[in-house]
Amino acid sequence: MNFKHFRAAAFLAAFASTALALPAFADTAIKVLRSEPGNEGEKALYQQMVTAYEAEHPGIDVQFEYLSTEAFKQKLPTLLQSDARPDLFYSWGGGVLADQAAAGFLKDITADVATEWADRYSAAGVKAFTIDGKIVGAPINASEVVFWTNLDLAEKAGIDIAAIKTWDEFLAAVKKAKDAGVTPIVVGGKDKWPLHFYYGYLALREAGAKGFADAIAGEGDGFASAPFVKAGEDFKKLVDLAPFQPGFMDTTFEQASGMFGDGKGLFHLMGDWDYGSAKQASVSSKGIDDARMSVLRFPAVEGGAGAADDTFGGLNGWAVSSTASAEAIDFLKFVNSPENLAKGAAAGYYIPATKGTEAGITNPFFKAMSEHLAVSQYHQVFLDQALGADVGATFNDVSADLAQGGVTPQEAAKTIQDAWSMR
Amino acid sequence: MSASAPSPARRWRLDDRTTAVVLMLPPALLLFTLFVILPLLDAGYYSLFKWNGYGAPSEFVGLDNYAQVLGHGIFWQSVRNSVIVLVVSIVVQMPLALLLALLVYRQTPTNAAFRLVFFLPYILAEIASGLIWSFVFDGNTGVAAGMFAALGMKPFFILADKDWAFFAITVVVVWKYFGFHMMIYIAALQGVPAEMIEAGKIEGAGRWQIVRHILIPQIKPALMVSGFFAVVGSLQLFDVVIPLTNGGPSNSTHTIVTYLYAFGLTRLKVGFGSAVGVILFLAAIVVAVAYQRTLNKEAAR
Repeated sequence: MNFKHFRAAAFLAAFASTALALPAFADTAIKVLRSEPGNEGEKALYQQMVTAYEAEHPGIDVQFEYLSTEAFKQKLPTLLQSDARPDLFYSWGGGVLADQAAAGFLKDITADVATEWADRYSAAGVKAFTIDGKIVGAPINASEVVFWTNLDLAEKAGIDIAAIKTWDEFLAAVKKAKDAGVTPIVVGGKDKWPLHFYYGYLALREAGAKGFADAIAGEGDGFASAPFVKAGEDFKKLVDLAPFQPGFMDTTFEQASGMFGDGKGLFHLMGDWDYGSAKQASVSSKGIDDARMSVLRFPAVEGGAGAADDTFGGLNGWAVSSTASAEAIDFLKFVNSPENLAKGAAAGYYIPATKGTEAGITNPFFKAMSEHLAVSQYHQVFLDQALGADVGATFNDVSADLAQGGVTPQEAAKTIQDAWSMR
Repeated sequence: MSASAPSPARRWRLDDRTTAVVLMLPPALLLFTLFVILPLLDAGYYSLFKWNGYGAPSEFVGLDNYAQVLGHGIFWQSVRNSVIVLVVSIVVQMPLALLLALLVYRQTPTNAAFRLVFFLPYILAEIASGLIWSFVFDGNTGVAAGMFAALGMKPFFILADKDWAFFAITVVVVWKYFGFHMMIYIAALQGVPAEMIEAGKIEGAGRWQIVRHILIPQIKPALMVSGFFAVVGSLQLFDVVIPLTNGGPSNSTHTIVTYLYAFGLTRLKVGFGSAVGVILFLAAIVVAVAYQRTLNKEAAR
């Protein structure tokens, strides 16, 4: 072998590769990781914002990466510990965010943003992204879980939706629907979290804000105390009516959403994003006509400690990772500005967590939900996030067990309490 | 050389064989250590902690994780499911593969076409086949629904049923892997000397007697190997379960690995998951050693 030429060639190759790599170092990269939004349009909106930002800030390269929800949740812990961690990432808040903060993976940006955030976002929104008094992110949207209702099927079953105010009235309506041959409820049981909406909402109505605060603090029987058992019994009353579509434990959320969009069920208990996803997943891609759809707030439960206008839903936003640069925080201020959030709201993607947004929302359903959220005294974040990854998954499992009649309400409440005390 | 030189038998010579060993052993050992031994030791270490995967493990709990695993009803359900897959693999899948191998092992064009068709399921990616079968089993629109309708029965959502969902999974497992075992047997059958079969025919043996007394004993090593694959594969079953049922209605269709994934990784209980991993490793060792022992006893006979 001719080593003389080999060495020269190797040297040249190494030099060339470093030379080619140099321009890449000139740009500051901002990495943003988001779970797949339910809507392709939202991605396009982010792309517009990125282009606008990069035009104004030469030398900055913003990279958005999308992962499907479950893959996102599973990959994040490993990513946050590596050098490939994103600067900004999507978060559902709750116990998972608290765990990340406790492990030191989030940046305290209070000094940088406290006054600005207080001006821009609702108090609940900022609070959701404040851990131990330190602001670690920014809220994007608040969502409320409601019963999306198909008015055509309601008419067919002879049900007056507006008259349903209590849980017993709701059960009566379900029975009426079943007798009329209409599938009362579609639900994505395979994913389990759609079922936890039922148990979670009933727990919210029975236990109220104080009940939850006590259970989380570990007072008394915690999650095994009477209100939670009663919530399980309320759920059992619904399950005993066999209200779900056949084979509901084999239906994913997307399939259930599509089924609702195709008019196969009267009620779908889901968050505001279901407006878009039911249309997208339906056969016709148009879903149900807006005029033939209505929103029913989760009914009150007689004798429950919770207020009838407490809301259950999400308070999602961006979390800032510990190694995020100043440029990344600047981008966060831009992408999450009230103007940019209003664009998403106008397109019907979400209900922004900014102050006084009701005026900017045109979609009547979202407007109504935004008003509910504004007056709600207590907003319970999705329990499978609020309680942390482990107890949250247990909550989902237990809800699925209750929905199949596999456990008694006492056992269900006890399982959650055991998981909570052992976490 | 002086008289005190070592005898040729013990003298270390820089010949081709030693060079080969010295060159090829370190990389293999390095890879094996990096990707098998070290993770194993890590798992053993993490299993003694309560750790959510962030930062470094700090909460030492000793054998608590193991106690939790062994006391968890769903873990024993997943062990039961893994054993069911094992038994089905040996009692249903292997005989089926053997039967088909006996039918198509001779070298003819038609046989080659059949061999290709039977082997196709094995080539398909596991997640893809799981997804395809989840549509087949769908009670509303799947092939299964069509079958039920043709029989005049109400649609049965097998994947949503706590008792029967795992049966559906075993059907997919048999469908997926019988081609692999069949190929092993075909290779072995094609290696049986034609003279033995001739001799059998001359003695007046019928088709079934040739199979039972000549072919099967001749391919015993292949049967042992494929049995080993079946056993190890059933302990590791994961990819097919996730798209079909994701652990199933009320955690009834978990296998040991999906249990590890669902209760260890996705719930951020990495210490717990590591404990399950160590238990699985020990079980696999016990099975492998027991299998080898039986094999050696058979060979010695």
